[in-house]
Amino acid sequence: MTAPASTQTVDLVARFPGFVTADERPGNSGFIVKKENLVEVATAIRDEFGFDLLSNVTGVDYIAENKMEVVYHAFRTTGGPGLVFKVQAERSDPVEIPSLYDVWTGADFQEREIWDLLGVRFTGHPDLRRILMWEGFEGHPLRKDYKEAFFEEDVKPFKSRWPEGNHSYAEFKNPYRDNIKLPEGFDPDNYAPQNEDALYFSLERSTMDQGERALNTEHVVVNMGPHHPSTHGVLRVAVTLDGETVIGLKPVMGYLHRNHDKIGERNTYLQIMPYTDRLDYFNSMANNFGYATTVEKLMKIPVAERAEYIRVIMAELSRIQNHLIFIGMLINDLGSMFTPSLYAFEERELILDIFEAVSGARMMCNYFRFGGVVRDIPEDVLQKIKDLVHDRLPAKTDEMERLLNENEILIARLTGIKVLDAEQAIRHSVTGPCLRAAGVPYDLRRADPYSVYDRFDFDVAVRYNGDMMDNYLIRFDEIRQSLRILEQALKQMPEGPINSQKPQYQVRVPAGEAYGRVESPKGELGFYVVSNGKPNPYRYHVRAPSFINLTALETMCIGTKIADFVALLAMLDIVMGEVDR
Amino acid sequence: MENEGLNLPNYNIPEDIQNVVSITTLDRLYNWGRRSSVWPLMFGLACCAIEMIAAQAARYDMARFGMEVMRPTPRQADMMLVSGTVTKKMLPSIIRLYNQMPEPKYVVAMGACASSGGPFKEGYNVVAGIDKFLPVDVYIPGCPPTPQALIAGLIKLQEKIDKQSIKKVRWYQKGKVDPNYVPMPILGPDLIDVRRNAEFKQVAAQTAQKEGEA
Ligand code: SF4
Repeated sequence: MTAPASTQTVDLVARFPGFVTADERPGNSGFIVKKENLVEVATAIRDEFGFDLLSNVTGVDYIAENKMEVVYHAFRTTGGPGLVFKVQAERSDPVEIPSLYDVWTGADFQEREIWDLLGVRFTGHPDLRRILMWEGFEGHPLRKDYKEAFFEEDVKPFKSRWPEGNHSYAEFKNPYRDNIKLPEGFDPDNYAPQNEDALYFSLERSTMDQGERALNTEHVVVNMGPHHPSTHGVLRVAVTLDGETVIGLKPVMGYLHRNHDKIGERNTYLQIMPYTDRLDYFNSMANNFGYATTVEKLMKIPVAERAEYIRVIMAELSRIQNHLIFIGMLINDLGSMFTPSLYAFEERELILDIFEAVSGARMMCNYFRFGGVVRDIPEDVLQKIKDLVHDRLPAKTDEMERLLNENEILIARLTGIKVLDAEQAIRHSVTGPCLRAAGVPYDLRRADPYSVYDRFDFDVAVRYNGDMMDNYLIRFDEIRQSLRILEQALKQMPEGPINSQKPQYQVRVPAGEAYGRVESPKGELGFYVVSNGKPNPYRYHVRAPSFINLTALETMCIGTKIADFVALLAMLDIVMGEVDR
Repeated sequence: MENEGLNLPNYNIPEDIQNVVSITTLDRLYNWGRRSSVWPLMFGLACCAIEMIAAQAARYDMARFGMEVMRPTPRQADMMLVSGTVTKKMLPSIIRLYNQMPEPKYVVAMGACASSGGPFKEGYNVVAGIDKFLPVDVYIPGCPPTPQALIAGLIKLQEKIDKQSIKKVRWYQKGKVDPNYVPMPILGPDLIDVRRNAEFKQVAAQTAQKEGEA
């Protein structure tokens, strides 16, 4: 369906002589753009070269070279390899880089994140506030010279943990005996916390250009969350209402910011694997998949043939249960409390049984290893999977459809309420089912095949209206396609070893960078890893689909009724573990 | 009535009214009522919350213990199930919710994160255990605890309720219950626990002094 991956590379240097150079550091690729010309080059990349989807933006702190680098990964929604370009700035305070907000709106939250965690100021960004930490927090934690309160050593495993065989607690090394760090001479009595004026001001700004209104009604600001039953976790949303209509909206996140990147940069490569489970905790298998693929790319090692199939089987099972839960929870959000989600949880339990049998844990599987998987599938479990795939799941999907799809209330609530159209979705870097429901057949399993997905016969689920109904139905389509893939994978799965490498605790990763991505049930899950040849990654970043999809929430909701807001949020299928990381 | 937990044995009930009349203590009756209808606050923080939902679904069915009525508002809840990582940014909201719950109230720390910070303990935005701020009644180990473990923890909570006496419980003591008895922490340059302000000042003075000497 999509164009075959083209191998022809783009020559930016020839197009922009003088201010674009190729990145020639060992293991690196892409181009380095002079920061003064960034916007011009980015516009050309989008318009002339057709890289319409800005997938990932992240920063790296090269403290030894006194440089701060921002890395951009752009792709074509028609498929094929991507384009990497970088911009560097002196590591002085403040580090300033022009914002690409006007070229790709999808850069919005990602630039805010880089500002928050790395302290890069994006000039021209309309709303540059902290995003994961709170306003007033001291420091930019992902900078290499930021030391956490419980800092022991730069990298794990810590030698300090067992000096002369005695265990010591991190608490004892901290002057406050707690996970806190206060500036020198801090006096709590004279401290006035910054309140949330910035947030409310930014809300106002988004509603200011409404022009003179015929009827001047008062606007109401409604705050939802972070404790709210329908925000799917600890998301908070501030909404401005004019009557019942949403005229301004800002999501506030970071309530589950667990410092995934920072912790990851101190862990060894293998130690990160269990942490990835906790990103999108509905799909630990998909997260493992993305991370393993990335590091394998960096290490340039093959994956055992049988393991490839096991990976696909696990990832697709995980997708099915994710979509089932999505459907159940959506109906929950629409007001039909519990019954449909209980149906979904019933099937999920059966799939979790399989995960537990192969990996030992229901949710946090930690199942993938570099080069393969950790254990083979036992014979009886394989039989269980076959039963599920051939009988139970297709029947249950049909049942679910029969129960729900013709429900009058469901149809009335979902049909015709726009989520996103194709152009908006691409501009906001939305990926996953939401993009496909808007008519763009962009599925990484086809657009940029990884693992053994090119061997299976399946269709990329796509629907064209981009309304809530299509967003809902596409989940059923995807479940069916996953079942098709599973059937073929189970049939074709060869015998053989499950790992191409010796089991090892410490892997050797050559210096360089890699961006690996997989189609997780929520969208494009990417990992950007920079290695400097040491046992720990130098930079480790997760491109979380839930987080980036949220960029579009404001556009989706403006102009709709507040009653639809909860359902619209459900459409994005966010998981806070992944949004906040 | 065949309720073993409720009936006080060794009391002579005439044979003809056995199974009709039951003799017990007020404590037992009171605790029996409370332990069989613990209403948890509908409140999920992270991955553990998903296992909490699974524990309510058909296979594990927490309703068997009278705990299925999850209330979205703290005003109607008896128990706060802290199911996941407590971050500094989220902490003030949790404390506010806790302060809004009426007595009697219980706190269950579900999972490694809520108990101690778990895998994310060293993170700069993570509170190493909710027990630094709230009085925890039951800790449930695991990452995430399986639904069975969660239910086992909740049974432990029921056992704890069984042992309480109406004469001694906190919420019937005059002057004992301060409606806001966990002061709200402040999000400053880092998390500021206002109960420890004096200590913070002292540490600041010490470091200043050390620097003066050096
Ligand atoms: S204990 Fe484990 S499963 Fe529970 S919230 Fe923490 S990381 Fe997630």
